[in-house]
Amino acid sequence: MFPANFGYVAARSVEDALQLMAKHGEDGKLLAGGHSLIPAMKLRLQSPQTLIDLGTVPGLRGVSIDGNSLVIGALTVHADVASSELVRKHVPALAEAAAMIGDVQVRNRGTIGGSVAHADPAADLPVVLTSLNASFVAQSVSGKRAIGVDDFFTDFYTTALNANEILTEIRVPIPAAGTGTAYVKLPHPASGYVVVSAAAVITRQASGTCTASRIAIGGLGSGPIRAIATELGLQGKPLTTQTIAAAAAKAAEETDPVEDSYAGAEYKRDVATVYARKAIEAAVERAKN
Amino acid sequence: MAAEAQFAALPVSITVNGVKHDALVEPRTLLVYFLREHLNLTGTHVGCDTSQCGACTVHLNGRAVKSCTVLAVQANGAEVKTIEGLADGDNFHPVQEGFREKHGLQCGYCTPGMIMTAVHLLETNPNPNDDEIKHALEGNLCRCTGYVNIVESIKWAAAKMKGGAK
Repeated sequence: MFPANFGYVAARSVEDALQLMAKHGEDGKLLAGGHSLIPAMKLRLQSPQTLIDLGTVPGLRGVSIDGNSLVIGALTVHADVASSELVRKHVPALAEAAAMIGDVQVRNRGTIGGSVAHADPAADLPVVLTSLNASFVAQSVSGKRAIGVDDFFTDFYTTALNANEILTEIRVPIPAAGTGTAYVKLPHPASGYVVVSAAAVITRQASGTCTASRIAIGGLGSGPIRAIATELGLQGKPLTTQTIAAAAAKAAEETDPVEDSYAGAEYKRDVATVYARKAIEAAVERAKN
Repeated sequence: MAAEAQFAALPVSITVNGVKHDALVEPRTLLVYFLREHLNLTGTHVGCDTSQCGACTVHLNGRAVKSCTVLAVQANGAEVKTIEGLADGDNFHPVQEGFREKHGLQCGYCTPGMIMTAVHLLETNPNPNDDEIKHALEGNLCRCTGYVNIVESIKWAAAKMKGGAK
């Protein structure tokens, strides 16, 4: 299987890539790791005239700390996110999610920026990054702007990125002391993609009371969904088995999942409550340490 | 004319198994076809051609990747290792030896990819347990379902490599 013919340009810098995007307009498409785009091109679901390769741009890879944020270059591959000491120390849920993507070979090529910009509704990273309140730095010729995660995933395979912007980095706030993070998923047994997944970020006082929580669920909609009712069911309450179970039971409220041949809507909603509970319990355990 | 110029073949320089190859490739040429059809290195197989089965696994700059999902132009300037580059002269790599000793193949179609993934695993984790081996092989499918002996082969290789030279 071959993609349709296309032209290829290796960008030398972000600025260079922005100019190439302006030149090629709608006929151009950015290439990162290519692990969503190339399969789509081989299936002729996408036939861009020109690929603008960001893989040749230096400085877009790696994990660092800037003030109170973890900064992950958009071209950082999943394997490097999963094994990063900084990620594992500060936001283990993100390392966990990155380690669950695809398989070894896919994680060695697929990138965090490519994955979130592709915005597959069955992807792992949008869910965990929603729970972590990440933001996305988009660069255009007129400068940079940061897009908050709650505004970023707008629809199936659609983000708030404009056609003249390049996603350069993902910023993850380093959680406060007493915070635990966790990500769990029910993968499709053949593809490994998300059937339902849940991510939890819980801040816990020494007394055992929850002071802050963000819960995100994947697999129920066009993108990650904040389980607001679950969050409210935890905040200010003691993190007991009963409180957690009661809050998690609300994780699929007001959702209308798409049925598919593997899982029906009711099943997905039910699994979401179970996985929300698992994620919260795991996050609470980490918050204790 | 415009279309021809737009899709024109591009020069790449790719080092495969230690030998540098300069070639002209169409941008849409996948790395696996560059290896098989330009360089006649047919040990790397095309299985599903949809980045699932792992038969096309090679090492790109030291990491296992699926060469059906990498463009040859993306490998420009990179080092590629294929199954043909594993043996040291007449001496098989321990993982190749393991697959022979433990009968880690039936039809053999998935074997090059299995071996390349296993070599990558043992380079990053020299002492994997059964679960770690199975997890590492998640991206490699054996349609003969010969997984038990594949895992045994990799364990044999890990033990051999720990023991050093014969």
